[in-house]
Amino acid sequence: MFEVTETLQLEGVGYRWPGRASFELRVPNLTLARSETVLLLGESGSGKSTLLSLICGTIIAGSGRVCVAGTDIAALSAGQRDRFRAEQIGLIFQQFNLLPFASVQDNILLPLRFAPERRNRLDDPKQETARLCHDLGLPVGVMSAKAGALSVGQQQRVAAARALIGMPPLIIADEPTSSLDAATQATFLKLLFAQSRAHGTTLLMVSHDARLSSQFDRVIHMTDIAQTTRGAA
Amino acid sequence: MISRLAFASLIARALTVGMTILAIALSVALFLGVEKIRTGAKASFADTISGTDLIVGARSGSVQLLLYSVFRIGNATNNLTWESYQDIAKRPDVDWIVPISLGDSHRQFRVMGTTPAFFERYKYRSGQSLVVNDGAIIDDLFDAVIGADVAATLGYIVGDPIVVAHGLASFTEHDDQPFSVSGILEKTGTPVDRTVIVGLRAIEAIHVDWQGGGQIQGQSTPADALRRMELEPRAVTAALLGVKGRLKVFGLQRSINEYAQEPLLAILPGVALQELWQIVGIAEMALIGVSAMVVITALIGMMATIFSSLNERRREMAIFRAMGARPRVIVGLLVLEAIVMATLGALLGLGLLYVGLTIGQPLIDSAFGLWLPIEPPTLREFWVLLGVVAAGAIVSMVPALRAYRMSLADGMVVRI
Repeated sequence: MFEVTETLQLEGVGYRWPGRASFELRVPNLTLARSETVLLLGESGSGKSTLLSLICGTIIAGSGRVCVAGTDIAALSAGQRDRFRAEQIGLIFQQFNLLPFASVQDNILLPLRFAPERRNRLDDPKQETARLCHDLGLPVGVMSAKAGALSVGQQQRVAAARALIGMPPLIIADEPTSSLDAATQATFLKLLFAQSRAHGTTLLMVSHDARLSSQFDRVIHMTDIAQTTRGAA
Repeated sequence: MISRLAFASLIARALTVGMTILAIALSVALFLGVEKIRTGAKASFADTISGTDLIVGARSGSVQLLLYSVFRIGNATNNLTWESYQDIAKRPDVDWIVPISLGDSHRQFRVMGTTPAFFERYKYRSGQSLVVNDGAIIDDLFDAVIGADVAATLGYIVGDPIVVAHGLASFTEHDDQPFSVSGILEKTGTPVDRTVIVGLRAIEAIHVDWQGGGQIQGQSTPADALRRMELEPRAVTAALLGVKGRLKVFGLQRSINEYAQEPLLAILPGVALQELWQIVGIAEMALIGVSAMVVITALIGMMATIFSSLNERRREMAIFRAMGARPRVIVGLLVLEAIVMATLGALLGLGLLYVGLTIGQPLIDSAFGLWLPIEPPTLREFWVLLGVVAAGAIVSMVPALRAYRMSLADGMVVRI
């Protein structure tokens, strides 16, 4: 196996929403190097969510290539893409990230259920869960608690642990701090950075908040990398 | 782990899930209960008479003859004359013949006149004979043997007097010639339990001073004089008959049916029972149909519950998808959920059935004379339960496919 230096590479990607012929997203070129932390800034409606869906492979570009860890995801079948996503990408959403009825431990272990390779990287997934909880500053004994019983800040840390477990090459965070207050936001980012750097993980975080810029290796604006076209119906 | 999450998700929605399970349980209990009563009634009917080859009576319908002669339901339209009875009894093919004479009653119970041979020849539940629990069978002219229910309901013991009323639900009583209880029979689960059995001669004896429908004024023959009298009946209601060799049954049946002197009818009890089932069968089907509809309604209720949960669970499904679950895992989760609910409902329904049986068994027995046995589930019941679970799984495919499409469209991005 050769070492892939680009964790994520998009080339000449074009995507047209089905049924809405007038709306098209184009991303000529976007490359994220290994263990890079990138902040993607963009207003709502700028196509951020579509871009993330393209990277995750839940939608497929009409043209161009989307490569994650050296694999063109368009070449995979739908089932393979789901498996690929589980293996390669850790995801953190804005909020309501967790299954509220399940324990913290089950929530963190969930992606491993669909990603055997990621699971095999760990000697003891439960111990790794405990370590991540500890490193992310979650209280002792939180593992067996119901995820729904935690505070929003704690839930986001659990979501981070779930994204980090098994060391996927890419972590995508979609406005993970927008529902947190400033102090919690800062702590959360500090912990997330520490963990992703420790694992050499690439972090792509989407936000509309430019104040976070200083903490990232690179800041890109949606308007610089992508064009959206809206025709007149 | 996935199944653990499915369970956790169900528990998180305990109230609606519990209601759904309860609805399924009640419907299953109803369905199985109807089945129990149906098969119990059928078995109890079929067990009522055995060992009798032919029942002979005046010409009417075969079901009618069976009902009034064996089940004491309804009345004879006509009698079998004593001459014809004796004529048939004399035939070489006839192994034994027992006359029965109905028409009088004691309280709410029928009085049946017969010969002592009845106790020997009448068989129920594949060949069981009547057993006298207490006392002895008829010896004196005014002796009466009573069924277990008669004794239990009226609190009679051996030696108690019994006054027979003329006709059914009648105000005129044969109070000048009281009977005395000579024996009490063991419970059989047949109409015999609700019958007062007296000698055939006794039926004649109490009617000696009667003419038409009433007692002749001032006339009352003393009991001892009656005991000395000939007392040959003019007619009986019906006769139970056994033939020498099974093959002769049909020949004898035909010749009785073609009996020239009197219009008679001979029936095979088993065949008449079959005819009865055909009549009852329609009601049976309706009963099964209705209870099956109840089960289907409960399952559709479950489908509606799953459907209405889909919207609030969009987030849950999106998380599963984001974590790499294929859409078919989502389908599997919903179907698994339905199977769990249907299984719990089916098992709870089975439990309810047994609770109901335990409570209802003595009540149904005393009210309808129907003894429902409490037995481990039959293979048939097992298939019914399995069918409910399978139907639940099939029904859940509808919301599951919708969820499949939703999760394909939503992907992992759901904004609330």
